[in-house]
Amino acid sequence: MVEQEGIQRYVAHAILWIGIAIVAFPVYLAIVASTQENAVIANGQMSLLPGGHFLQTYYQTIFVGTSGSTREPVGTMLLNSLVMALLIAFGKIAISIISAYAIVYFRFPFRMAMFWLIFITLMLPVEVRIYPTYKTVADLHLLDSYAGLALPLIASATATLLFRQFFMTVPEELLEASRIDGAGPLRFFWDTLLPLSRTNMAALFVILFILGWNQYLWPLLITTRDDMQTIQIGIRKMITTTDALTEWPVVMATAVLAMLPPVLVVVVMQKLFVRGLVETEK
Amino acid sequence: MQKQAVFQSKLLPFALVAPQLAIVLIFFYWPAAQAVLQSFLLQDAFGLSTSFVWFENYQDILSQPDYWAAIVRTFVFSFAIAFSSLSFALLLAVMADKPLRGGTLYRTLLIWPYAVAPPVVGVLWVFMLHPSLGILARGLRGMGIDWNPLLDGNQAALLIILAAAWKQISYNFLFFLAGLQSIPRSVFEAAAIDGARLMRRFWTVTFPLLSPTIFFLLVINIVYAFFDTFGIIDTMTRGGPAKATETMVYKVYVDGLLGGNLGSSAAQSVILMIMVIGLTAVQFRFVERKVTY
Repeated sequence: MVEQEGIQRYVAHAILWIGIAIVAFPVYLAIVASTQENAVIANGQMSLLPGGHFLQTYYQTIFVGTSGSTREPVGTMLLNSLVMALLIAFGKIAISIISAYAIVYFRFPFRMAMFWLIFITLMLPVEVRIYPTYKTVADLHLLDSYAGLALPLIASATATLLFRQFFMTVPEELLEASRIDGAGPLRFFWDTLLPLSRTNMAALFVILFILGWNQYLWPLLITTRDDMQTIQIGIRKMITTTDALTEWPVVMATAVLAMLPPVLVVVVMQKLFVRGLVETEK
Repeated sequence: MQKQAVFQSKLLPFALVAPQLAIVLIFFYWPAAQAVLQSFLLQDAFGLSTSFVWFENYQDILSQPDYWAAIVRTFVFSFAIAFSSLSFALLLAVMADKPLRGGTLYRTLLIWPYAVAPPVVGVLWVFMLHPSLGILARGLRGMGIDWNPLLDGNQAALLIILAAAWKQISYNFLFFLAGLQSIPRSVFEAAAIDGARLMRRFWTVTFPLLSPTIFFLLVINIVYAFFDTFGIIDTMTRGGPAKATETMVYKVYVDGLLGGNLGSSAAQSVILMIMVIGLTAVQFRFVERKVTY
């Protein structure tokens, strides 16, 4: 019995390491490729060990870009992605927390109607209403702008529902107490509710930042200017040209740079990430 | 639904809801309504006049063999992605659920691919399996397999399924692990004392107790395969070769953008909307009921 347990444990370790290898291999390959010469890779002679072109490739990728026609430095794309991700994360949290506050702590006409109007947005991802949304954004002259990138993606209910759920668990006595202290609704929100929501906001922020950073279809449609591209769009344009001209080390360096920020967020803020993921089910 | 103690104020609650309501109305309801409206309109070839044609766009799209092929393909992709990703993730989660040394390290090393964006996943897998320079393609050719996803539609489809399933492993793993950890240890111990063998224990005890998690993940994975594979397909195959990897969402994109056929694209969007609403409704129903035995 005991001996069997020992064997089982070895098997478990082995399977987990195989899993990790499968998960990590494509990324390892990208890192290795980004340090080698293009000619070697294009010949199919790529080595599985890092080469010596690390600094050169990453310098070119970040500050110059590919030598082809879409010569946009990846540094600009990283900045665009960062601005978009932050706008989506902060924007969604800001508008959701106040609307959830109104719905839980006030009684006013059409309260439930408004709740349902917001709730229904959960059902339809942006992909199914993509062209009409494009037209709306174009009519508002928001193409090629950060607002145009972020606003349509802020229009969803996940965060509102989460905050509503959380506010429902806040003890009623807190409101009574702050009322006795003479605090009005805004003061109660600012001094009591916001500090209590800090962990929830952080967990939500982690998830929304990753989702925002990884957006693809929407930025693909509404950015036409090269200097407004996000990194996810830039990487696709790099492999558009005929195969022979693709600069694989630059493409792979871009891939590495594109995944670095969200992966770091997951690894460094793992607790918040897991919590946010389980709560939002995204 | 609401607190007993509430604030009395006439204007403040409206002001608080206003920003979100405005954004939802402008960027959600207005475009969604436009999509529905557009699906009933037909534009002439020069875009000069539009006429209301009732369900003509729907009849048109539903009579195209191409569209049915895309529907079937989308479902095949979805189930293949869900099944392969879920089963592999479940295997890893069952292993990681044992009291092992380095347990948290394993978790960290398995969950980070969640953060890799679909188009990046596409690029990574294209690179690995590129017929002329991919390192794995070289191996496949060494084994005598004629590997060329640029020409062979089935191979291209397989490539999309593998890449999409790869990305979803970490998400599924995390939820399976959480599901396993919520099962009381005593249940396993009881089964072990009864002398049930390992595999038997898994199928008769663990699997049924996990069924709510499995069902929840199945729906999430199908929705993921419907929508989030867009970035993977667009960087890997662009729907090709010969439409072998064109899913419903990808077809909406291609027909609206390249074909300029907005009426048909809108009709397709509405059909997709109905499917997603159906899936979400199923999810809510079952999650409410908690599928356990």
